[in-house]
Amino acid sequence: MKKIMSDRTLVLLFILPTILLLVFIVVYPLIWSLFLSFTDYSVVGTEKPHFVGIRNFAELISDKYIWLHFRNTAKYTVMAVAIQFFLGLGIALLLNREFMGRGILLTLMLAPMMLSPIVVGLFWRYILDANWGVLNYFLSWFKIGKIAWLGDEKTAMISLVIVDTWMWTPFMILISLAGLSAIPKELYEAAEVDRASAWFRFRHITLPLISPLLLIGLLFRTMDAFKMFDLAWGLTQGGPGTATSTISIALYRMAFQNFETGKSCAFAYIILIIIIGMSNIYINLLNRIQARGGG
Amino acid sequence: MKVFWSIILIVIVVIYIFPLFWMISSSFKTRVEIFSMPPKFFKFDFTLKNYRRVFYKVSGWGKFAREVPSEFPRSLLNSAIITGFSTLLAVILGTLSGYAFSRFEIPGKSDLLFFILSTRMLPSMVIVVPIFVMYKKLHLFNTYHGMIILYIVFNLSFSVWMMKGFIDEIPKEYEEAAMCDGYTRFQAFWKIILPQTYAGIAATAVFCGITAWNEYVFALILTSEETKTVPPTIAGNVLKTTGVNWGEVAAASLIFLVPVIIFTFFVRKYLLRGVTFGTIKG
Repeated sequence: MKKIMSDRTLVLLFILPTILLLVFIVVYPLIWSLFLSFTDYSVVGTEKPHFVGIRNFAELISDKYIWLHFRNTAKYTVMAVAIQFFLGLGIALLLNREFMGRGILLTLMLAPMMLSPIVVGLFWRYILDANWGVLNYFLSWFKIGKIAWLGDEKTAMISLVIVDTWMWTPFMILISLAGLSAIPKELYEAAEVDRASAWFRFRHITLPLISPLLLIGLLFRTMDAFKMFDLAWGLTQGGPGTATSTISIALYRMAFQNFETGKSCAFAYIILIIIIGMSNIYINLLNRIQARGGG
Repeated sequence: MKVFWSIILIVIVVIYIFPLFWMISSSFKTRVEIFSMPPKFFKFDFTLKNYRRVFYKVSGWGKFAREVPSEFPRSLLNSAIITGFSTLLAVILGTLSGYAFSRFEIPGKSDLLFFILSTRMLPSMVIVVPIFVMYKKLHLFNTYHGMIILYIVFNLSFSVWMMKGFIDEIPKEYEEAAMCDGYTRFQAFWKIILPQTYAGIAATAVFCGITAWNEYVFALILTSEETKTVPPTIAGNVLKTTGVNWGEVAAASLIFLVPVIIFTFFVRKYLLRGVTFGTIKG
């Protein structure tokens, strides 16, 4: 048997373009920005970068406003992901049976998560508008007065969570449904024979069997929520004040509105370290779940 | 009890679909009706003017006013070009790498795969700062090829993981049999494996395409007039103007969102797999 190309060459040819591109667009810029994070460089300035040691990092860590953005991000992530988790599971339990038009209904309900987050955020501005927004109109049916959803520091974060929930609950529905449909019917039939209560069945059959999948869903959502930019930018641009300013928004303002390139590289590295920590936990959990055969 | 839960479900579905309905109905309303209180849900003067305004803006005042093309059609074309080419290449590279990772023992394979996956976990905003500096230096800023390269990489980790998953499901024996019949490894890949992954390739392409089509952060920072895609164009119109005409925004948004909804419908079978990076086969 003649071999024109050895397996080794083939593997190299197949993998190398991918690796090279990733190195060029991801690794190389990251090394560059590590260097810049120790300088006072600004892309709009004409000066060459000056080495400033760890000044950028020291300034950032002692800046109390920076932690405000972390707090906002954490608040938003915890609220949004928790609500989506329970709502998604609940709706999935309702949807987990055969009925007319289930397929089309499911596709319609799952559509929001495929849409562009920036466009979703922008359009919800209109829905949430204090004066002519349709949400306030619906609330007026229940004798609830006008709420300045996006104009008030207290409600802006809630608005962001509402829109995020509209957009991403479908993700949790999808994951929960996958888990539910994989549970063997015989288990429920056996429980039926034993006259187990609905709660007992949920607690001792459903939950243990779908929990690995739910965990995967939670992890995906947490990672995504942590780095979210588009939706908040479209909806509030981080405002009013800094009420909904997430870390991505803070980074954007520092890098592309104040053009503190060096300092923003340092900020990016701080975020990067947190992300690496988080994704390590995430990958470990994922591996453990898959090892248990949940994947 | 069943009736009760069905009603709850219907209410949830109505709430869910309402924002999309509202976008559609707003796009056909006149400026007055957009801001009317109480809002008009079904009975309003149907107009297509918003759609016309998306493509043609009015320039000049009074009797000198005339219609000139807006920046939207250009941005739509830009989005199509950048999405099309980047998707095509991301899927080709993903299929090749996915095949290699699926079939061969590669030293440090799991580390490599982890590295590829981890590139997707980076927040766009973190990576875009140095890329901006680099693109300015290399004159890739505001170019089609710069954006296409970027979106290839942006989708590459997804494409590799998805395609590896699809190829993993095809038994190795198929190629082994083919190679016994005298096929080379490449021929076996090309003639035996590839045809079996068409559905997977199509699904992967749709997901990559939607991601590139929707992408905002890179487009906002790395494009200007000539290569600006739709998301920063719509966002610019809303965020930079006071007294936004929501009818026009709704019309532009719908033109932009409808392809996504149609494609989502086609890949509904693979939705779970797609949104979880192939980790859940579904």
